[in-house]
Amino acid sequence: MLIQGQASSPRTAETVLQAHWRHLDRRQSGIKGLLLGATILSCGSVLAILGFLSYFALPIFSEGHLAEILSWEWRPFQGKFGILPMAVGSLSLAVTAMGVAYPLGLGICGFAHGLGPRCLKGPLMGLINFMTSIPTVIYGFVSVIFLVPLVRGAFPESTGYSWLTAALTLSLMILPTIVLLVHAQLQQVDARVRLASAALGFSPAQTLLWVMRPLAFRGLWAAAVLGFSRALGDTIIALMVAGNAPQVPNSLLDSIRTLTSHIALVVATDSTSQAYQSIFASGLILFGVSIAVNLTLRRLQSRAALPATGRHD
Amino acid sequence: MRNSRNGLMAIIFMLVLSLGTAPGAWAQDSQLQRFQNLEGTIDIAGGTAHIPVMKDAAEQIMKANPKIRLTVAGGGSGVGVQKVGEGLVNIGNTGRALTPAEVAKYGLKTFPFAVDGVAVAVNPKNPVGALTSQQVRDIFAGKIKNWQEVGGTSAPIHLFTRDEASGTRETFWKKLLKKGPIDAKANIVASNGAMKMALAQDPQAIGYLGIGFVDQKVKGIKLDGAEPTQENAKNGSYPVTRLLYMNTKGEPQPLVKAFIDYIKGPEGAKIIQKHGFIPTSK
Repeated sequence: MLIQGQASSPRTAETVLQAHWRHLDRRQSGIKGLLLGATILSCGSVLAILGFLSYFALPIFSEGHLAEILSWEWRPFQGKFGILPMAVGSLSLAVTAMGVAYPLGLGICGFAHGLGPRCLKGPLMGLINFMTSIPTVIYGFVSVIFLVPLVRGAFPESTGYSWLTAALTLSLMILPTIVLLVHAQLQQVDARVRLASAALGFSPAQTLLWVMRPLAFRGLWAAAVLGFSRALGDTIIALMVAGNAPQVPNSLLDSIRTLTSHIALVVATDSTSQAYQSIFASGLILFGVSIAVNLTLRRLQSRAALPATGRHD
Repeated sequence: MRNSRNGLMAIIFMLVLSLGTAPGAWAQDSQLQRFQNLEGTIDIAGGTAHIPVMKDAAEQIMKANPKIRLTVAGGGSGVGVQKVGEGLVNIGNTGRALTPAEVAKYGLKTFPFAVDGVAVAVNPKNPVGALTSQQVRDIFAGKIKNWQEVGGTSAPIHLFTRDEASGTRETFWKKLLKKGPIDAKANIVASNGAMKMALAQDPQAIGYLGIGFVDQKVKGIKLDGAEPTQENAKNGSYPVTRLLYMNTKGEPQPLVKAFIDYIKGPEGAKIIQKHGFIPTSK
């Protein structure tokens, strides 16, 4: 349109085109530079965080406290600074929250993409979108008021501040992340494939399971990684409802402490103490686990990607 | 018409009157007078129990002299030490005495200004209203597990304690538990407010919090016969008490010095009492 309109001017179409491309080029290189800058900045900050964490954790290694910190008992006033119960707490909580939220999220996506009535899709996705905008502390607060007494009422030996309560609250918090990622991916393949598979006589459930799922596998992995990372990184919900007792849980009703709440609880202590050092070790463990989960899932994803792309491309 | 003119006259009259009296009142207040020729900013952070007192005092001072700005933040005793030590704030508040290591590291100077008591508390629905120190120690050690063993109904005891950085926890642990063990299964809450909420919700719960936080929502436990009140904390019959401190890095600047003197003076004492603490000057 633009080129046609300008070609009627005295200048030839060629010069106009060249000018247009030059303009695009400049703009593109500008955008490229901007994106490169943003990439460098975000990678740099992650590296800087790792650097600072390692630097502050250095005394643990140089002063030989590593064995004490990687032990099973946290009794700071008796000189025991083990943070392994918190590592177990973090992992148990993240895994159980994912165990609840992931199937639920997939179910919601299935419901929105063919299994449920069409008229409910809009309101449902609207609700999920709204959930992302609720601050985490609100989930925690509502949970303290409603869920904690509920759990305590059902199980009198429990205080209500427990692994179970935290896992349920946390699963609600990470649900929108999972749903929105999977939903976005399903939406991308939706239009092209839905008609074709319907024309072939697939039921909505069959379409979803055998046509859309393989095509949306990237979204499924991404949702798993991000959901788990959010669950692992959450602080305020665990701090508010998990009970924070530094112990390895025996049951879902036990009070547990995550590495993140541990950092939040201990960061205000005397900064010259060994308890204070343990928070940098906690940070390093969290960082390490987060990277390990990312890499593992990425690897699984690329392995899963091979046959899938072979089939569909 | 006449009415509105009368009204206007009245307003002008009041303005003139207030103009006339305000500087006079200010000059009369000898406590606030010390800020008269000073200006600048005082940043305060740290212990959460201190906040109401600090805020109230800050308001009075800023009203009297708009050239002075005060900011008050929380964070906890540990944060107070760090921030003042690193020079991020002028005054770092703590609800505990500084450790020798902290004093040595940062060169801090400490100013105690109020006494606060720590009360053992339960839900108001709990029939238990009095305990001995030994019973409290056994309950927190996890030896006594059921309310029936201390004269209550048959129900498991739900233990609540505070985080490692809490000055309230330190006072409770040193003065009442005599540094005895706290069951590792005990739930840990991160503030006096969260403790109050947990106790107010759970009829089986027991915990401890600053006496100033005890109201009809939680029941303070009579300890060895002594009611946990500020009066009893003051006259010594209730033993679980602590001092609240302001800390500065080295000798305080004139403005900060004036603030500390104000808090420790008679005006400050009134503010301290108003918020449920006992001034050290009394």
